[in-house]
Amino acid sequence: MATGDTAMEPVLSVRNLSLEFVTRRGVLRALNEISFDIARGEVLGVVGESGAGKSLTGTAIIGLIDKPGRLSGGEIWLKGQRIDNIGHDGLRKIRGRRIGMIFQDPLTSLNPLFRVGDQIAETVLTHMPVSKAEARARALALLTEVGIPAPESRIDAYPHEFSGGMRQRVVIALALAAEPDLIIADEPTTALDVSVQAQIITLLKRLCRTRGTSVMLITHDMGVIAETADRVAVMYAGRIVEIGPVADVIRQPKHPYATGLMGAIPALGAKVQRLTQISGAMPRLNAIPAGCAFRPRCTEAIGKCAEAVPPLVPVGATSARCWLHEAQVERSASHG
Amino acid sequence: MADMPSPATPDDGIDRRSAFARFLDSDLFFAFKSSPVAMVSFVVSVVMIGAALLAPLISTQNPFNPAELNLMEGMTKPGTANEFTGKSFIFGTDPQGRDMYSAVLYGTRVSLLVGAASVLFSATIGVFLGLMAGYLGGRTEAVIMRVADIQLSFPAILIALLVFGVARGIIPPAQQEGATLILLIVAIGLSNWAQYARTVRGSTLIEKGKEYVQAARVIGRSPLVIMVRHILPNVMGPVLVIATINLALAIIEEATLSFLGVGMPPTQPSLGTLIRIGQQFLFSGEWWILFFPAMTLVILALAINMLGDWLRDALNPRLQ
Amino acid sequence: MFAFAIRSLAQGVLVLVTVAFIAFSMFRFVGDPVVNMLGQEATQQDRQELTERLGLNDPWPIQFARFLGNAAQGEFGVSYRQGRKVSDLIKERLPATLELAVLSAIFATGLGVLLGVYAAINRTGFVSNVIMTTSLIGVSLPTFLIGIGLIYIFAVELRWLPSFGRGDVVRLGWWSTGLLTESGRKSLILPVLTLGFFQLTLIMRLVRAEMLEVMRADFIRFARARGIADRSIELRHALRNTLIPVVTIAGLQLGSVIAFAIVTETVFQWPGLGALFVNAVQFADVPVMSAYLMFVAAVFVIVNLTVDLLYFILDPRLRSGRRVAKGH
Repeated sequence: MATGDTAMEPVLSVRNLSLEFVTRRGVLRALNEISFDIARGEVLGVVGESGAGKSLTGTAIIGLIDKPGRLSGGEIWLKGQRIDNIGHDGLRKIRGRRIGMIFQDPLTSLNPLFRVGDQIAETVLTHMPVSKAEARARALALLTEVGIPAPESRIDAYPHEFSGGMRQRVVIALALAAEPDLIIADEPTTALDVSVQAQIITLLKRLCRTRGTSVMLITHDMGVIAETADRVAVMYAGRIVEIGPVADVIRQPKHPYATGLMGAIPALGAKVQRLTQISGAMPRLNAIPAGCAFRPRCTEAIGKCAEAVPPLVPVGATSARCWLHEAQVERSASHG
Repeated sequence: MADMPSPATPDDGIDRRSAFARFLDSDLFFAFKSSPVAMVSFVVSVVMIGAALLAPLISTQNPFNPAELNLMEGMTKPGTANEFTGKSFIFGTDPQGRDMYSAVLYGTRVSLLVGAASVLFSATIGVFLGLMAGYLGGRTEAVIMRVADIQLSFPAILIALLVFGVARGIIPPAQQEGATLILLIVAIGLSNWAQYARTVRGSTLIEKGKEYVQAARVIGRSPLVIMVRHILPNVMGPVLVIATINLALAIIEEATLSFLGVGMPPTQPSLGTLIRIGQQFLFSGEWWILFFPAMTLVILALAINMLGDWLRDALNPRLQ
Repeated sequence: MFAFAIRSLAQGVLVLVTVAFIAFSMFRFVGDPVVNMLGQEATQQDRQELTERLGLNDPWPIQFARFLGNAAQGEFGVSYRQGRKVSDLIKERLPATLELAVLSAIFATGLGVLLGVYAAINRTGFVSNVIMTTSLIGVSLPTFLIGIGLIYIFAVELRWLPSFGRGDVVRLGWWSTGLLTESGRKSLILPVLTLGFFQLTLIMRLVRAEMLEVMRADFIRFARARGIADRSIELRHALRNTLIPVVTIAGLQLGSVIAFAIVTETVFQWPGLGALFVNAVQFADVPVMSAYLMFVAAVFVIVNLTVDLLYFILDPRLRSGRRVAKGH
């Protein structure tokens, strides 16, 4: 889609972002040198096991990292404006207005004591110079748009009067309320019934496409990524280990971890065969091995893997962080 | 959030260190070392409990043996020499010449005894009923929890007063004074068990669903064995917290009952009785007869309370 | 709504009957009412007559029914110790206790919610630490010592306020109030502070803890992610959710204020129900004890009903009767 379009500035640009937790047993690095761009209208999927740092990346972009976590390096740019150093109030004006967020659990994302219409209108009023009546009209329009049946009567209902899927639609309406440039959707369907998941993803995709809104879609479900994303970033132990167009990463993953992940997607029409799985578990933050963090689980590890962290280099259509592609690593080093 | 790091050390599966070494490295001990409030209140509690236990050894007299009292030494101000005998008393004396320092030591002893015994009593009842309610469920649970609700909705002091009043009516007057100690322990104990029952029931319900309990059931362990050997150790943390805070509350409750005149008699006074007596001298300027028992009570209750408060926070990291 | 009210009411009645049974049992097991009323010297003849007249030979369910009937009309017989009708004693002392308790509850709840919210919002500030430390000391300070301390400072040393009694009261029908005279109002200050202080610290800590809990909720995080202003998140979103559990516990505390008045009334020689009760306990005066018990239970039930009703207004999940739409 918009990848490689140098004429157009990316909506979001993350450069070498690092994040650490200061605990009494030392400083733990939870995110390491994360870099990626999201172009206008693009859907970037972020996948990885839980604990890989997917959600943390999303939370860091929107500036909601709680203590003892803190950004320890890197930059975050939103449409040419740096936003990782603009302070509490500056960030607040960006949240909701220019970056919308959708959390995992629609059951707990809405304030149980406020009518859904009021919650949407509140968001609109916070960010836009409109009257209360206009805000309510906008709330009604949004509810209609996200497919709430009989929105005129549902606008004054309380969250508990909606089903899980309907609540997540309300949450999407809330995230879109102030027409943001980017939506960060953190596992938006994980808490929902399987039958509703596809509807919600389709809805999100349609609404963002018609608005030209970019999406950062965080999930551990490769199936969702395959259907929805334009590009995908694979995370492991706080680093991006592979990033590239979704078709290439799925068909020809370059990093052994990504290969393992792809092996875990059931392919339709394929002969019945066992899905592969990666043995072992991701290391804890305080026990990340030297060199490549994936080495202990990697079936193709070589001597060099224990020595240094491989850089992220272009390998074919994607970029990967693996010494197996050392030729490319060296070429890229000699080229620049 | 799934991405939060766990502060635990990397484990190879088995911890071969001694229990004490593990305790010294535990998060709990670390939290203790880094909390001045916890350390100060711990030291104060230990010193006061020690002083109360050693009362006969470190007091200057047995303040409730009339033979040891000298009326001439009555109403001596703290720190000043008595005009007749020249003796001085660090906490002063009361009108009978009783050394307030010794009286406070013996009073603390009685207060702590009643407090600790009633906590033990209520914890035993509460833990037992809580285990029964949580494990057996059904009608047993319904009845126990309803009674606990009623107990919790009435203030402890009211229940204790009622138990006391009823006992007064039943026990023959001649035996009443001797029975007061036991009566107080029972009255205070009966007014505080419900909180244990509630907490233990909650934890039991959670533990009951876990695999190790299911496994114990499958291999045919009796409910009693499962409750005592498997579930009980897992619910002791919260019980310890409640017991610590309740010790402070029980000491205050006893003091209040004695202050109201329905607790320990003046012949065997607790801190509350001493305060009741001392209050009469407030208007005539003999402040020390009231002041020292009152301060002792406040410091004792505060130290134990702070310790309990800290323990609760330390065992429940979410609240930090 | 209707079913909900009926259920609350039924629960209240159940509590009242249970407590009534305890109160009734006290009559049967504590001492012999006939001996208590006639004294040791009465003849066998007199005793039998009184036993018959009091219905003590009837089976106990009938006696209990009679007790319930009398209790419903406020009749608990005659005080063993004072020889007067218990209902008269209670009527005489009720205004003093109610005035004290209601004022204390208003003081404790109002200031408690305010300070608790402040300490929750400014969690690490100096003022918050002072508030929290004071509250911990407050929990450890026995009520009677607070009373004695206040008496010492304001009555003995400064001589600003009276140390005991209600001052001058004005009679309004059978009710007597201290609010209409200066000495009456002055007399109220120390007892109200004493009685309210413990509840104040309790409510303050509760509000702070609940609010901190709510501030960790997902919907607060989501509200932040929507860019809602901090003040609005704290005072609209969080506070309203905080108030639901607070209303329950503050309500129950209100009930216990009445009972805690026992101590305060003793310290300040306040002519209320609590002082009457302590006297009754010392002398095993069963009619007064059981009447007081029933009175506290009635207050408890009324407060509970009010709390349930407030719940209903505050929480929409109850209003719609837990009706959750099914399907998608």
